[in-house]
Amino acid sequence: MSEVVIIDSGGANLASLQFALERLGARAAVSGDAARIAEAPRVILPGVGSARDAMERLRALGLAERLPRLEQPVLGICLGMQLLYRLSAEGSTPCLGILPGTVERLASQPGRPVPHMGWNQLELAVHDPLLEGVETGDYVYFVHSYAAPVSQAALATTRYGVEVTSVVRHGNFWGTQFHPERSGRTGAAILANFLRVS
Amino acid sequence: MVGDILELAARYRDDGADELVFYDITASPEARSVDREWVRRVARGLDIPFCVAGGIRSVADAEAVLNAGAEKVSINSPALADPSLIDQLSARFGSQCVVVGIDSQTVPEGYRVFQYTGDPSRTRDSGRDTLQWVVEVQERGAGEIVLNCMASDGVRQGYDIEQLRAARPACHVPLVASGGAGSVGHFRDVFAQADVDAALAASVFHTGAIAVHDLKRELREAGIEVRPWR
Repeated sequence: MSEVVIIDSGGANLASLQFALERLGARAAVSGDAARIAEAPRVILPGVGSARDAMERLRALGLAERLPRLEQPVLGICLGMQLLYRLSAEGSTPCLGILPGTVERLASQPGRPVPHMGWNQLELAVHDPLLEGVETGDYVYFVHSYAAPVSQAALATTRYGVEVTSVVRHGNFWGTQFHPERSGRTGAAILANFLRVS
Repeated sequence: MVGDILELAARYRDDGADELVFYDITASPEARSVDREWVRRVARGLDIPFCVAGGIRSVADAEAVLNAGAEKVSINSPALADPSLIDQLSARFGSQCVVVGIDSQTVPEGYRVFQYTGDPSRTRDSGRDTLQWVVEVQERGAGEIVLNCMASDGVRQGYDIEQLRAARPACHVPLVASGGAGSVGHFRDVFAQADVDAALAASVFHTGAIAVHDLKRELREAGIEVRPWR
């Protein structure tokens, strides 16, 4: 049975992620214990709330320095993906710095309200085991006001007025801007792939 | 009862529903909170977003529902009784979790917000102008607005396009049309003519009058972008 530790990064709503992993037959524990996280076969960094609060929480848990050094597969979801970058414009917050670049606020445009909330399509850029079975045009569920710019690290992008990174990878660190746990079959496929990557 | 809810939720999910809203419309007048165990059970089985509406009067109420796995909470009467609840919820959980439901009716002066609409004997005019309330709830941090046009609700004669069009320029967050869906054409019209971000309906789906996958197929044929249903 696959084991995953979900980092207790504050904020509510870890249950839906935990349930999604359990539906895939994984054992998913929520923990803020740095030693337990370091030993976990796989780690998920979720996140709702603000970048500043989340980074403060990670620092308080002693994870701000330890997380970038993890060698097992790590998946950041939503704000958790944004925290992988060097900086977030949300409160000018220094983040984990695993990926270069700055997460910027989405500009509100007519017909494109912010937060970007709802189903939107993926455009695959690079083949990756995390996206096995996922195709360009597949819909996933987004809820975000900030977004990462498109870079070489992007595995998939999504257009919402501008093009943003929707799936990213740097070595053993993956990130999804959308919520795979709320993205129906496509999301379940991505989580199942994460349980297999090494 | 909970078993029925789970079965229904899974059926709509499989049929292509993009999001589900669970309304406990009797919760607000009777001053009781939603029972959280069913929220947890729904979350355990469901892999699309869902929102819980009814009986959420405090940050603690919302936290319990969100911790149980709901994506969003929707508040209506409690927001009218204490608008600062919207500020508190968005500060604590982020505006993306906070949906404000507005029950609105046409009056000679324009549109007015009504309160306690779950119980006809207690339903009353809140005294608030709908378009002003739409602006205020956004300033307070609402991340989505469900505008339920009461005159249309339950009569299946179509969404209140005129009212939704009036609200649209004031609404910079996702606007969800509610009340009046009776045919596929009603959905097509509300997307095409009122520029809403989503359309909500209950009875046409519950009675089987419209199947979600049929609706989506027809909307797509009409040139409206929809997420595939299979």
